Amino acid sequence: MVKKRVIPCLDVAEGRVVKGVNFENLREMGEPVELAARYSELGADELVFLDITATLEGRGPILEVIARAADELTIPFTAGGGITAVADARDLLLAGADKVAINRAAFDEPAMLTALAGEFGSQAVVCAIDARGGEVVTHAGRRPRGRYAVDWAREAVDRGAGEILLTSIDADGTRSGYDLDLTRRVVDAVEVPVIASGGAGGAEHLADAFAAGAEAALIASIVHERPARLPELKAELEEAGWPMRR
Amino acid sequence: MRGRERVALADYGAGNLRSLASALVRAGAEPVVTVDPAVVADAPLAVIAGVGHVESAAAGLERHGLDRALRERVAAGRPVAGICVGLQLLFGESEEGGEGLGLLAGPVRRLRAGRVPHMGWNTLEATRTSALLEGVDGADVYFAHSFAVEPADPALATATVDHEGRVVAAVEDGPLAGVQFHPERSAAPGARVLENLLRWSRSA
Repeated sequence: MVKKRVIPCLDVAEGRVVKGVNFENLREMGEPVELAARYSELGADELVFLDITATLEGRGPILEVIARAADELTIPFTAGGGITAVADARDLLLAGADKVAINRAAFDEPAMLTALAGEFGSQAVVCAIDARGGEVVTHAGRRPRGRYAVDWAREAVDRGAGEILLTSIDADGTRSGYDLDLTRRVVDAVEVPVIASGGAGGAEHLADAFAAGAEAALIASIVHERPARLPELKAELEEAGWPMRR
Repeated sequence: MRGRERVALADYGAGNLRSLASALVRAGAEPVVTVDPAVVADAPLAVIAGVGHVESAAAGLERHGLDRALRERVAAGRPVAGICVGLQLLFGESEEGGEGLGLLAGPVRRLRAGRVPHMGWNTLEATRTSALLEGVDGADVYFAHSFAVEPADPALATATVDHEGRVVAAVEDGPLAGVQFHPERSAAPGARVLENLLRWSRSA
Protein backbone atom coordinates (compact mmCIF):
# COMPACT_ATOMS: atom_id res chain seq x y z
CA MET A 1 0.00 0.00 0.00
CA VAL A 2 1.25 3.46 -0.88
CA LYS A 3 2.40 5.31 2.22
CA LYS A 4 0.89 8.56 3.45
CA ARG A 5 3.25 11.45 2.81
CA VAL A 6 4.41 14.24 5.10
CA ILE A 7 5.63 17.18 3.04
CA PRO A 8 7.45 20.20 4.51
CA CYS A 9 6.99 23.38 2.48
CA LEU A 10 9.81 25.93 2.24
CA ASP A 11 9.01 29.52 1.34
CA VAL A 12 11.79 30.92 -0.80
CA ALA A 13 12.31 34.51 -1.96
CA GLU A 14 15.14 35.50 -4.23
CA GLY A 15 16.82 32.20 -3.57
CA ARG A 16 16.68 32.30 0.25
CA VAL A 17 14.38 30.72 2.80
CA VAL A 18 12.53 33.76 4.02
CA LYS A 19 10.04 32.89 6.69
CA GLY A 20 8.71 30.22 8.90
CA VAL A 21 12.14 29.67 10.34
CA ASN A 22 13.04 31.37 13.55
CA PHE A 23 16.09 33.56 13.61
CA GLU A 24 18.52 31.07 15.13
CA ASN A 25 17.47 28.30 12.80
CA LEU A 26 17.72 30.58 9.80
CA ARG A 27 21.28 31.39 10.70
CA GLU A 28 22.10 27.80 11.39
CA MET A 29 20.43 26.29 8.32
CA GLY A 30 21.47 28.76 5.70
CA GLU A 31 19.86 28.33 2.36
CA PRO A 32 17.00 26.31 0.85
CA VAL A 33 18.83 23.23 -0.40
CA GLU A 34 20.69 22.79 2.89
CA LEU A 35 17.45 23.06 4.83
CA ALA A 36 15.77 20.71 2.38
CA ALA A 37 18.58 18.16 2.76
CA ARG A 38 18.17 18.36 6.52
CA TYR A 39 14.44 17.68 6.28
CA SER A 40 15.19 14.82 3.94
CA GLU A 41 17.52 13.30 6.54
CA LEU A 42 14.82 13.75 9.16
CA GLY A 43 12.37 11.67 7.11
CA ALA A 44 10.46 14.12 4.91
CA ASP A 45 8.73 12.12 2.18
CA GLU A 46 8.77 14.97 -0.33
CA LEU A 47 9.42 18.68 -0.29
CA VAL A 48 7.83 21.77 -1.78
CA PHE A 49 9.80 24.88 -2.67
CA LEU A 50 7.38 27.78 -2.91
CA ASP A 51 8.86 30.84 -4.58
CA ILE A 52 7.26 33.89 -2.95
CA THR A 53 9.58 36.41 -4.55
CA ALA A 54 7.69 39.67 -4.88
CA THR A 55 9.37 40.97 -8.01
CA LEU A 56 9.84 39.59 -11.48
CA GLU A 57 13.54 40.44 -11.36
CA GLY A 58 13.94 38.29 -8.27
CA ARG A 59 12.66 35.12 -9.96
CA GLY A 60 15.95 34.06 -11.47
CA PRO A 61 17.49 32.51 -8.34
CA ILE A 62 14.74 29.91 -7.89
CA LEU A 63 15.96 28.08 -10.99
CA GLU A 64 19.41 27.85 -9.49
CA VAL A 65 17.92 26.54 -6.24
CA ILE A 66 15.88 23.93 -8.15
CA ALA A 67 18.89 22.79 -10.19
CA ARG A 68 20.98 22.32 -7.04
CA ALA A 69 18.09 20.57 -5.30
CA ALA A 70 17.87 18.18 -8.27
CA ASP A 71 21.56 17.39 -7.89
CA GLU A 72 21.67 17.03 -4.14
CA LEU A 73 18.32 15.73 -2.90
CA THR A 74 17.42 12.05 -2.93
CA ILE A 75 13.68 12.55 -2.36
CA PRO A 76 11.15 14.11 -4.76
CA PHE A 77 10.32 17.78 -4.72
CA THR A 78 7.81 20.18 -6.20
CA ALA A 79 8.48 23.74 -7.32
CA GLY A 80 5.69 26.28 -7.12
CA GLY A 81 4.89 29.94 -6.72
CA GLY A 82 4.97 32.66 -9.32
CA ILE A 83 4.27 30.39 -12.30
CA THR A 84 2.41 32.58 -14.78
CA ALA A 85 2.86 30.67 -18.03
CA VAL A 86 3.71 27.27 -19.47
CA ALA A 87 7.25 28.52 -20.07
CA ASP A 88 7.81 29.18 -16.32
CA ALA A 89 6.64 25.69 -15.43
CA ARG A 90 8.73 24.12 -18.18
CA ASP A 91 11.83 25.98 -16.98
CA LEU A 92 11.36 24.58 -13.46
CA LEU A 93 10.81 21.02 -14.72
CA LEU A 94 13.79 21.22 -17.06
CA ALA A 95 15.87 22.56 -14.17
CA GLY A 96 15.11 19.29 -12.38
CA ALA A 97 11.91 19.74 -10.35
CA ASP A 98 9.99 16.47 -10.17
CA LYS A 99 6.69 18.37 -10.22
CA VAL A 100 5.39 21.90 -10.55
CA ALA A 101 2.52 23.34 -8.54
CA ILE A 102 0.46 25.85 -10.52
CA ASN A 103 -2.12 28.00 -8.84
CA ARG A 104 -3.66 31.15 -10.33
CA ALA A 105 -2.23 30.69 -13.82
CA ALA A 106 -3.97 27.32 -14.11
CA PHE A 107 -7.26 28.80 -12.91
CA ASP A 108 -6.97 31.62 -15.45
CA GLU A 109 -5.75 29.37 -18.24
CA PRO A 110 -6.63 25.71 -17.59
CA ALA A 111 -5.16 24.62 -20.94
CA MET A 112 -1.75 25.05 -19.26
CA LEU A 113 -2.38 21.88 -17.31
CA THR A 114 -3.08 19.95 -20.49
CA ALA A 115 0.01 21.26 -22.24
CA LEU A 116 2.31 20.38 -19.35
CA ALA A 117 0.74 16.97 -18.78
CA GLY A 118 1.22 16.23 -22.48
CA GLU A 119 4.88 17.09 -22.33
CA PHE A 120 5.92 15.83 -18.88
CA GLY A 121 3.09 13.50 -17.83
CA SER A 122 0.29 14.17 -15.35
CA GLN A 123 2.44 12.98 -12.46
CA ALA A 124 4.54 16.14 -12.88
CA VAL A 125 1.59 18.54 -12.78
CA VAL A 126 0.13 19.64 -9.45
CA CYS A 127 -2.82 22.00 -9.43
CA ALA A 128 -2.65 24.21 -6.32
CA ILE A 129 -6.02 25.48 -5.14
CA ASP A 130 -6.50 28.04 -2.38
CA ALA A 131 -9.98 28.09 -0.90
CA ARG A 132 -11.94 30.18 1.56
CA GLY A 133 -15.36 28.96 2.64
CA GLY A 134 -15.13 26.39 -0.16
CA GLU A 135 -14.63 29.07 -2.83
CA VAL A 136 -11.50 29.41 -4.96
CA VAL A 137 -9.45 32.47 -4.00
CA THR A 138 -6.28 33.82 -5.60
CA HIS A 139 -3.78 36.60 -4.94
CA ALA A 140 -2.81 35.24 -1.51
CA GLY A 141 -6.47 34.86 -0.64
CA ARG A 142 -7.43 38.43 -1.38
CA ARG A 143 -9.45 37.77 -4.52
CA PRO A 144 -12.52 35.50 -4.45
CA ARG A 145 -13.12 33.90 -7.84
CA GLY A 146 -16.76 32.88 -7.67
CA ARG A 147 -16.21 29.16 -8.19
CA TYR A 148 -16.40 26.19 -5.87
CA ALA A 149 -13.01 24.64 -5.19
CA VAL A 150 -14.51 21.16 -5.62
CA ASP A 151 -15.76 22.08 -9.04
CA TRP A 152 -12.44 23.57 -10.12
CA ALA A 153 -10.52 20.57 -8.77
CA ARG A 154 -12.62 18.26 -10.92
CA GLU A 155 -11.96 20.34 -14.03
CA ALA A 156 -8.23 20.65 -13.26
CA VAL A 157 -7.94 16.86 -13.13
CA ASP A 158 -9.90 16.48 -16.36
CA ARG A 159 -7.45 18.94 -17.90
CA GLY A 160 -4.42 16.93 -16.86
CA ALA A 161 -3.45 17.68 -13.26
CA GLY A 162 -2.08 14.56 -11.56
CA GLU A 163 -2.38 15.85 -8.02
CA ILE A 164 -4.31 18.54 -6.12
CA LEU A 165 -2.62 20.68 -3.47
CA LEU A 166 -5.59 22.01 -1.52
CA THR A 167 -4.93 24.91 0.86
CA SER A 168 -7.59 26.24 3.16
CA ILE A 169 -6.90 29.95 3.55
CA ASP A 170 -9.28 29.97 6.54
CA ALA A 171 -7.23 27.36 8.36
CA ASP A 172 -3.78 28.48 7.22
CA GLY A 173 -1.63 29.59 10.13
CA THR A 174 -4.24 28.72 12.76
CA ARG A 175 -2.68 25.39 13.78
CA SER A 176 -6.20 24.22 14.53
CA GLY A 177 -6.30 21.53 11.87
CA TYR A 178 -6.90 21.15 8.13
CA ASP A 179 -10.27 21.94 6.58
CA LEU A 180 -11.49 18.35 6.70
CA ASP A 181 -14.88 18.91 5.15
CA LEU A 182 -13.40 20.56 2.07
CA THR A 183 -10.60 17.98 1.89
CA ARG A 184 -13.13 15.16 1.95
CA ARG A 185 -15.26 16.76 -0.73
CA VAL A 186 -12.30 17.26 -3.07
CA VAL A 187 -11.03 13.73 -2.39
CA ASP A 188 -14.44 12.37 -3.34
CA ALA A 189 -14.62 14.50 -6.49
CA VAL A 190 -11.30 13.46 -8.06
CA GLU A 191 -9.35 10.24 -8.50
CA VAL A 192 -5.88 11.79 -8.24
CA PRO A 193 -4.05 12.16 -4.90
CA VAL A 194 -4.98 15.17 -2.78
CA ILE A 195 -2.48 16.97 -0.53
CA ALA A 196 -4.11 18.72 2.43
CA SER A 197 -2.59 22.07 3.34
CA GLY A 198 -3.19 24.83 5.84
CA GLY A 199 -3.74 24.48 9.55
CA ALA A 200 -1.40 21.72 10.73
CA GLY A 201 -0.65 22.00 14.45
CA GLY A 202 0.03 18.41 15.49
CA ALA A 203 0.07 14.78 14.43
CA GLU A 204 -3.66 14.44 15.13
CA HIS A 205 -4.36 17.01 12.42
CA LEU A 206 -2.38 15.07 9.83
CA ALA A 207 -4.14 11.89 10.92
CA ASP A 208 -7.50 13.62 10.46
CA ALA A 209 -6.50 14.73 6.96
CA PHE A 210 -5.49 11.15 6.08
CA ALA A 211 -8.78 9.88 7.50
CA ALA A 212 -10.55 12.40 5.25
CA GLY A 213 -8.85 10.71 2.31
CA ALA A 214 -5.82 12.96 1.73
CA GLU A 215 -2.79 11.03 0.46
CA ALA A 216 -0.40 13.62 1.85
CA ALA A 217 -0.23 16.55 4.23
CA LEU A 218 1.75 19.74 3.88
CA ILE A 219 3.40 21.16 6.96
CA ALA A 220 5.33 24.37 7.47
CA SER A 221 5.68 26.35 10.68
CA ILE A 222 5.50 23.37 13.03
CA VAL A 223 8.68 21.89 11.59
CA HIS A 224 10.44 25.13 10.72
CA GLU A 225 10.36 26.07 14.39
CA ARG A 226 11.79 22.74 15.42
CA PRO A 227 12.92 20.36 12.65
CA ALA A 228 13.23 17.48 15.13
CA ARG A 229 9.43 17.58 15.26
CA LEU A 230 9.36 15.91 11.85
CA PRO A 231 10.50 12.41 12.88
CA GLU A 232 8.33 12.71 15.99
CA LEU A 233 5.29 13.47 13.84
CA LYS A 234 5.95 10.49 11.62
CA ALA A 235 6.44 8.21 14.61
CA GLU A 236 3.19 9.43 16.14
CA LEU A 237 1.34 8.85 12.87
CA GLU A 238 2.78 5.36 12.54
CA GLU A 239 1.80 4.66 16.13
CA ALA A 240 -1.74 5.76 15.22
CA GLY A 241 -1.78 3.13 12.47
CA TRP A 242 -1.02 5.25 9.39
CA PRO A 243 1.35 3.69 6.86
CA MET A 244 4.57 5.71 6.90
CA ARG A 245 7.71 5.32 4.86
CA ARG A 246 10.50 3.57 6.76
CA MET B 1 40.94 1.36 -7.91
CA ARG B 2 38.36 0.77 -10.59
CA GLY B 3 37.63 3.70 -12.93
CA ARG B 4 34.21 5.21 -13.12
CA GLU B 5 31.90 3.30 -15.45
CA ARG B 6 30.46 5.26 -18.34
CA VAL B 7 26.68 5.17 -18.47
CA ALA B 8 24.92 6.55 -21.54
CA LEU B 9 21.61 8.20 -20.62
CA ALA B 10 19.55 8.24 -23.80
CA ASP B 11 18.14 11.76 -24.03
CA TYR B 12 14.98 11.60 -26.10
CA GLY B 13 13.89 15.06 -25.03
CA ALA B 14 11.28 14.24 -22.40
CA GLY B 15 12.06 15.93 -19.15
CA ASN B 16 15.19 16.15 -17.20
CA LEU B 17 17.89 13.59 -16.56
CA ARG B 18 19.86 15.74 -14.16
CA SER B 19 18.62 14.07 -10.95
CA LEU B 20 19.39 10.62 -12.31
CA ALA B 21 22.81 11.69 -13.60
CA SER B 22 23.69 13.11 -10.17
CA ALA B 23 22.51 9.96 -8.44
CA LEU B 24 24.62 7.83 -10.81
CA VAL B 25 27.66 9.94 -10.00
CA ARG B 26 27.05 9.24 -6.30
CA ALA B 27 26.78 5.55 -7.15
CA GLY B 28 30.25 5.67 -8.73
CA ALA B 29 29.43 6.01 -12.44
CA GLU B 30 30.32 8.55 -15.09
CA PRO B 31 26.96 9.33 -16.70
CA VAL B 32 26.74 10.96 -20.12
CA VAL B 33 23.44 12.47 -21.22
CA THR B 34 23.43 11.98 -24.97
CA VAL B 35 21.47 11.91 -28.22
CA ASP B 36 24.41 10.31 -30.04
CA PRO B 37 23.66 6.70 -31.11
CA ALA B 38 27.39 5.93 -31.15
CA VAL B 39 27.71 6.89 -27.49
CA VAL B 40 24.62 4.83 -26.63
CA ALA B 41 26.07 1.90 -28.58
CA ASP B 42 29.54 2.04 -27.04
CA ALA B 43 28.95 2.73 -23.33
CA PRO B 44 29.23 -0.25 -20.99
CA LEU B 45 25.66 0.49 -19.87
CA ALA B 46 22.82 2.35 -21.60
CA VAL B 47 19.88 3.69 -19.61
CA ILE B 48 16.50 4.92 -20.87
CA ALA B 49 14.86 7.22 -18.36
CA GLY B 50 12.77 10.35 -18.26
CA VAL B 51 9.09 11.18 -17.92
CA GLY B 52 6.09 11.70 -20.16
CA HIS B 53 4.35 9.41 -22.61
CA VAL B 54 5.56 6.23 -24.26
CA GLU B 55 4.47 7.59 -27.63
CA SER B 56 6.50 10.82 -27.52
CA ALA B 57 9.43 9.04 -25.88
CA ALA B 58 9.53 6.37 -28.60
CA ALA B 59 9.31 9.09 -31.25
CA GLY B 60 12.17 10.93 -29.54
CA LEU B 61 14.35 7.81 -29.56
CA GLU B 62 13.64 7.21 -33.24
CA ARG B 63 14.32 10.81 -34.21
CA HIS B 64 17.92 10.40 -33.08
CA GLY B 65 18.36 6.80 -34.18
CA LEU B 66 18.68 5.75 -30.55
CA ASP B 67 16.11 2.99 -30.93
CA ARG B 68 18.40 1.18 -33.36
CA ALA B 69 21.43 1.62 -31.15
CA LEU B 70 19.48 0.15 -28.23
CA ARG B 71 18.18 -2.80 -30.27
CA GLU B 72 21.68 -3.60 -31.47
CA ARG B 73 22.99 -3.55 -27.93
CA VAL B 74 20.35 -5.99 -26.78
CA ALA B 75 20.91 -8.25 -29.79
CA ALA B 76 24.60 -8.33 -28.84
CA GLY B 77 23.71 -9.14 -25.24
CA ARG B 78 24.94 -5.81 -23.88
CA PRO B 79 23.03 -4.29 -20.96
CA VAL B 80 20.19 -1.81 -21.32
CA ALA B 81 18.18 -0.57 -18.35
CA GLY B 82 14.92 1.35 -18.25
CA ILE B 83 13.66 3.59 -15.47
CA CYS B 84 9.97 4.57 -15.09
CA VAL B 85 8.81 5.42 -18.64
CA GLY B 86 12.10 3.86 -19.74
CA LEU B 87 10.91 0.52 -18.37
CA GLN B 88 7.62 0.91 -20.23
CA LEU B 89 9.58 1.65 -23.42
CA LEU B 90 11.16 -1.81 -23.26
CA PHE B 91 7.70 -3.32 -23.74
CA GLY B 92 5.08 -3.20 -26.50
CA GLU B 93 1.83 -1.38 -27.00
CA SER B 94 0.74 1.14 -24.37
CA GLU B 95 -2.84 1.96 -23.40
CA GLU B 96 -1.61 5.53 -23.24
CA GLY B 97 -1.10 5.40 -26.99
CA GLY B 98 1.98 4.49 -28.95
CA GLU B 99 4.31 1.56 -28.74
CA GLY B 100 7.59 0.88 -27.00
CA LEU B 101 10.61 -0.87 -28.46
CA GLY B 102 9.06 -4.29 -28.03
CA LEU B 103 12.27 -5.75 -26.60
CA LEU B 104 10.14 -7.51 -23.99
CA ALA B 105 6.70 -8.99 -24.66
CA GLY B 106 3.65 -7.56 -22.97
CA PRO B 107 1.48 -4.46 -22.89
CA VAL B 108 1.66 -1.27 -20.83
CA ARG B 109 -1.68 -0.76 -19.12
CA ARG B 110 -3.32 2.03 -17.19
CA LEU B 111 -3.41 1.30 -13.47
CA ARG B 112 -6.73 0.00 -12.28
CA ALA B 113 -6.92 1.70 -8.90
CA GLY B 114 -9.08 4.28 -7.21
CA ARG B 115 -6.15 6.73 -7.02
CA VAL B 116 -4.12 7.29 -10.17
CA PRO B 117 -1.32 8.38 -10.50
CA HIS B 118 0.22 5.90 -8.08
CA MET B 119 2.21 8.56 -6.28
CA GLY B 120 4.47 8.13 -3.30
CA TRP B 121 6.51 5.60 -1.36
CA ASN B 122 5.54 1.97 -1.60
CA THR B 123 7.05 -1.30 -0.41
CA LEU B 124 8.95 -3.59 -2.79
CA GLU B 125 8.04 -7.24 -2.53
CA ALA B 126 10.55 -9.44 -4.32
CA THR B 127 9.06 -12.23 -6.42
CA ARG B 128 12.42 -13.84 -7.18
CA THR B 129 16.11 -13.21 -6.76
CA SER B 130 17.33 -10.18 -8.59
CA ALA B 131 20.63 -8.44 -9.21
CA LEU B 132 19.14 -4.94 -9.19
CA LEU B 133 17.08 -5.38 -6.06
CA GLU B 134 19.66 -7.11 -3.92
CA GLY B 135 19.32 -5.77 -0.39
CA VAL B 136 16.14 -3.77 -0.99
CA ASP B 137 13.40 -6.40 -0.65
CA GLY B 138 10.84 -4.85 1.69
CA ALA B 139 12.25 -1.34 1.26
CA ASP B 140 10.09 1.67 0.43
CA VAL B 141 10.85 3.40 -2.88
CA TYR B 142 9.21 6.28 -4.73
CA PHE B 143 6.67 5.79 -7.50
CA ALA B 144 4.98 8.39 -9.73
CA HIS B 145 3.15 6.75 -12.63
CA SER B 146 -0.26 6.07 -14.14
CA PHE B 147 0.71 3.16 -16.41
CA ALA B 148 2.54 -0.07 -15.69
CA VAL B 149 4.05 -2.97 -17.61
CA GLU B 150 2.39 -6.39 -17.68
CA PRO B 151 5.05 -8.84 -18.90
CA ALA B 152 3.64 -11.66 -21.04
CA ASP B 153 5.95 -13.90 -19.03
CA PRO B 154 5.14 -13.05 -15.41
CA ALA B 155 8.43 -14.62 -14.35
CA LEU B 156 10.26 -11.59 -15.78
CA ALA B 157 9.02 -9.54 -12.83
CA THR B 158 11.49 -9.40 -9.96
CA ALA B 159 9.29 -7.38 -7.61
CA THR B 160 5.79 -6.00 -7.27
CA VAL B 161 4.08 -3.40 -5.12
CA ASP B 162 0.53 -3.27 -3.84
CA HIS B 163 -1.57 -0.45 -5.24
CA GLU B 164 -5.06 -1.92 -4.95
CA GLY B 165 -3.64 -5.00 -6.63
CA ARG B 166 -0.19 -6.12 -7.68
CA VAL B 167 1.79 -3.73 -9.87
CA VAL B 168 5.07 -4.78 -11.48
CA ALA B 169 7.87 -2.74 -9.92
CA ALA B 170 10.93 -4.26 -11.61
CA VAL B 171 11.90 -6.73 -14.34
CA GLU B 172 15.07 -8.52 -15.41
CA ASP B 173 15.70 -10.62 -18.48
CA GLY B 174 19.23 -11.28 -19.68
CA PRO B 175 20.76 -7.98 -20.79
CA LEU B 176 17.52 -6.09 -20.05
CA ALA B 177 16.45 -4.69 -16.70
CA GLY B 178 14.10 -2.00 -15.55
CA VAL B 179 12.38 -0.45 -12.58
CA GLN B 180 9.07 1.40 -12.46
CA PHE B 181 10.07 3.48 -9.43
CA HIS B 182 12.56 6.33 -9.33
CA PRO B 183 15.82 5.16 -7.73
CA GLU B 184 17.21 8.71 -7.98
CA ARG B 185 14.34 9.86 -5.76
CA SER B 186 14.22 6.89 -3.40
CA ALA B 187 16.76 7.87 -0.74
CA ALA B 188 19.09 5.11 0.49
CA PRO B 189 17.26 2.14 -1.10
CA GLY B 190 17.35 3.97 -4.44
CA ALA B 191 21.08 4.53 -4.14
CA ARG B 192 21.51 0.83 -3.46
CA VAL B 193 19.54 -0.04 -6.61
CA LEU B 194 21.80 2.18 -8.73
CA GLU B 195 24.91 0.59 -7.23
CA ASN B 196 23.39 -2.82 -7.98
CA LEU B 197 22.63 -1.66 -11.51
CA LEU B 198 26.28 -0.81 -12.13
CA ARG B 199 27.40 -4.14 -10.71
CA TRP B 200 24.83 -5.96 -12.84
CA SER B 201 25.99 -4.22 -16.02
CA ARG B 202 29.60 -5.19 -15.36
CA SER B 203 28.62 -8.82 -15.04
CA ALA B 204 25.96 -8.88 -17.79
